[in-house]
Amino acid sequence: MASIHLKNLGHRYPAAGAESDNPYALNPLNQVWEDGGAYALLGPSGCGKTTLLNIISGLLRPSEGRVLFDGEDVTDLSTERRNIAQVFQFPVVYDTLTVAENLAFPLRNRGIDNTTIQTRVADTLAMLGLEARANERARSLNADDKQKISLGRGLVRTDVRAILFDEPLTVIDPHLKWQLRTELKKIHERYGHTMIYVTHDQTEALTFADKVVVMNAGSILQVGTPKELFDRPRHTFVGTFIGSPGMNVLSCTFDGTAAIVDGVRIVLNEATLAAAQAQGLASTSATLEVGIRPESLRVIVADASTVDDTHCVNVEVLGVEDLGRHSLVRLRLGEQLLCALHPEGAAIPEAAALRLDPACTLLYADALLVEANDVPLLP
Amino acid sequence: MLRLNNITRHVDSNNSLQDISLELKRGELNILLGPTLSGKTSLMRVMAGLDQPDSGELTFDGETVIGVPVQKRELAMVYQQFINYPSLSVYENIASPLRVAGLAKSEIEARVAQAAQLLKLEPYLTRKPANLSGGQQQRVALARALVKRASLVLLDEPLANLDYKLREELRAELPVLFAELGAVLVYATTEPSEALVLGGKTACLNRGRVEQFGPTLDLYRDPDTLMAARLFSDPPLNSLALNHDDSGGLRFAGAEQALPAAVASELLSAVNPAEAASNLTLAVRGHHLRLGFDPLPSGESTASKPLIEIRGIVDVTEITGSESFVHFSFMGQPWVALLDGIHALAGGAEIVLYARPQDCFLFNTLTGKRVRKLSGGG
Amino acid sequence: MKVQNNKAWLMVLPMLLLVAISAIIPLMTVVNYSVQDTFGNNEFFWVGTEWFQEILASERFHNALQRTLLFSALILAIEIPLGIAIALAMPRRGISVSFCLVLMALPLLIPWNVVGTIWQVFGRVDIGLLGHGLASLGIDYNYTQNTLDAWVTLIVMDVWHWTSLVVLLCYSGLVSIPEVYYQAARIDGASRWAIFRFIQLPKIKRVLLIAVLLRFMDSFMIYTEPFVVTGGGPGNSTTFLSIDLVQMAVGQFDLGPAAAMSLIYFLIILLLSWVFYTVMTSLDNDAAAEQGRH
Repeated sequence: MASIHLKNLGHRYPAAGAESDNPYALNPLNQVWEDGGAYALLGPSGCGKTTLLNIISGLLRPSEGRVLFDGEDVTDLSTERRNIAQVFQFPVVYDTLTVAENLAFPLRNRGIDNTTIQTRVADTLAMLGLEARANERARSLNADDKQKISLGRGLVRTDVRAILFDEPLTVIDPHLKWQLRTELKKIHERYGHTMIYVTHDQTEALTFADKVVVMNAGSILQVGTPKELFDRPRHTFVGTFIGSPGMNVLSCTFDGTAAIVDGVRIVLNEATLAAAQAQGLASTSATLEVGIRPESLRVIVADASTVDDTHCVNVEVLGVEDLGRHSLVRLRLGEQLLCALHPEGAAIPEAAALRLDPACTLLYADALLVEANDVPLLP
Repeated sequence: MLRLNNITRHVDSNNSLQDISLELKRGELNILLGPTLSGKTSLMRVMAGLDQPDSGELTFDGETVIGVPVQKRELAMVYQQFINYPSLSVYENIASPLRVAGLAKSEIEARVAQAAQLLKLEPYLTRKPANLSGGQQQRVALARALVKRASLVLLDEPLANLDYKLREELRAELPVLFAELGAVLVYATTEPSEALVLGGKTACLNRGRVEQFGPTLDLYRDPDTLMAARLFSDPPLNSLALNHDDSGGLRFAGAEQALPAAVASELLSAVNPAEAASNLTLAVRGHHLRLGFDPLPSGESTASKPLIEIRGIVDVTEITGSESFVHFSFMGQPWVALLDGIHALAGGAEIVLYARPQDCFLFNTLTGKRVRKLSGGG
Repeated sequence: MKVQNNKAWLMVLPMLLLVAISAIIPLMTVVNYSVQDTFGNNEFFWVGTEWFQEILASERFHNALQRTLLFSALILAIEIPLGIAIALAMPRRGISVSFCLVLMALPLLIPWNVVGTIWQVFGRVDIGLLGHGLASLGIDYNYTQNTLDAWVTLIVMDVWHWTSLVVLLCYSGLVSIPEVYYQAARIDGASRWAIFRFIQLPKIKRVLLIAVLLRFMDSFMIYTEPFVVTGGGPGNSTTFLSIDLVQMAVGQFDLGPAAAMSLIYFLIILLLSWVFYTVMTSLDNDAAAEQGRH
């Protein structure tokens, strides 16, 4: 296993350049990823995550910057010599070989002796739960098992430094996605390979990874644990991208003591307030926005007690969608739309108010989180 | 209204449509929900007239449509793959069905403009599909279906190839887009959460058969069969056999002790006594399993009500930032609990969860049918 | 309850008539001739299967058949591997792709008797580039007198003419292999040979079978090129079945035996094509079965 260090890594496709204002498919970045960690590269299509993965695996040479495995510069090494394994979107199996032969393939190519091959293949078959099908032709298996074989070809090698996944669950049946996902996680927990997983599906990313790298338009916006990304998104894009539904983002102004959304005062927590004052946001020209997750909003009955409560604001209920385990309530605050989640079985009052929790209310200036200046954006 | 009566079609050696009867009304979204290869696409092809059924009737607004060629039907279809004419611009793509129908130029312009505006395609009208993102290409396909003002619109997993977030966005827009048409809308999907968001009516399909058809929420909350409940659950439905033991109590298969009498009677109070005597299967959705029940998020207190205790060994925990999926083993069966908040439970740890009897479904193990109280007394 | 579209039959009718007139009816006349004999004066009498028996017993027929089979075998043995090798070497991306494709297509565009004439002149010892060149190098080469030289010339000519077909078919199969397979193979450390054996060859199996079928049928039925170059000589060393048939029918005007031989020839080709077809469709069913699982 290896730690991965990306130094000033950027990539520009030679053909681009004249067309867009930003010729970089991947803007220069610096990252250090620990040995044995499970990382997910999460972002919408075209954000550069697959480019980054291909640079790490060696299938693409970066136009600038270096890639280091355990301190060793591998940027100039070919894919075969980097000792990585990659699982692609489409299951790649050698049709004419059996499952066991497929797993043995990478070892045979490296000239390893038969006895070792037998042991390693047997171990890997056990890891993946494919012992029963070891002697079947690979092409007769379903997509789920074929992806396992692809993974197996990586696991079978003892010298593999990292296993890379490029949206591996794309062709898997939705009801089998669960199984493969949990098995990947178990394999990671048990054997501790460094794993890097590219996806646009937040559930896959958040459930799989210890740390998630959120990307958009060729840049890394935030790296953090699922909890950090959920509770404190450093960028409004991260807030709206993660969470289903995503974070509510409302335009506001700052009057020095509280955020004002269409005339309604929104109480901020101490830390945010202090940072906002320190950055002089009351008189700034930056775009200010308030970010609140639907999960942290409570829809309650608007009555005498809520009028005086500074943590409650009156809202208009536009509609309710029953989603089974909770309801999605669409609301209007002033001129702006937002939504809240309401527990199953509870009624929605007609005259409604929202209870906000200042600890969960975040302030953004020009899409970046307002917080004390000594907190670094990226590790 | 599109009515199917006993439609049967042999598709290939593994798949066939069997005895499907449905009534799909105009103006509402009719969802076909089921796993891959359950027959959704085959059924849509029969509805469209691309394939002929081996037997059965298909009528639209009372008139039979079997044998009517596809071109003559007022039909629009949108596929999972973004299907657009690659050599035509977006404008021409959207206008194509209208040109074929021979409409006047002014009418074509008006309709295309309206569809482009609804689907936010106005800045892209002169581009070719290859220069658009996936989401935009699918919007073009949707616009082309919209302009036709067809009376039957078939959408075959149209959002499946799109990014997670794009899917959420388009999903919210779709019902609004097609609502005005007053057409019969049929939407196929594999994801229960999508069906719940879209609403309307849902038909659960499994292996070419319709398990249940009805208003989406009713189907979700009150499934008729174990299979329908399974098809409509994400995360997967938890189930275990619940047998009557010799002393008249209820016991989970593999458990050493029977359920406490209070719990058992609470469970059985909601069902027909005659049916309750047979072998039962208990099923409960992952989010109804909780670590504790007091107070409930809706504010009710459950202090006095009996709860079913579930003890298991954790297999693996998946954390999504706001929720945790705990995969555990209960009486040898793989169960999943969806818990609010972060619970980083390690593999091998014991977990104790509780479920309210009213949140559980009881099914007859042999027939798979739901065991309920008889309506109107009992 | 299938939709009856009767219009389709109407559209096919003219074509059916044409095929009937130009193919089926003449075929029937051949069958007619094959079971009759004549003493001249347009008087025919029935002889049943006598011609067939005579042909099948004749040494002349068997020799011609052996020569044709040998020729087809050599052609397949050379053209198929050569075609695959060239297809593998062709670039899959970039400007040079069109250039290579055009280059490959050129030999296929030349009319067959022109091909024959080109090689006939090319190989002539007195004025042909090849013949004269070989002679000046001291090599004894004369396709009109030496059997081996004649065979080599015909085979080289056919390889030059038709390998491109195999190349183009295999190439189309190769470009449809998704890039991920090559990437995965690189990661697995596969050698060039392993990539060919485990990825490329399985994926082009179907196209390859089409290529084999086409080349077999064409080489088995070959007429124009050898006729132009050697005329069946020297002696009858390059007299293939088709040439023999024409000599019998047109040269000797023996309609009965010629008709019988045509039919036998036709049936041999039909049988071998059917074998190929069955193998191909069973491969197709294999492929369809595995697709059906997804």
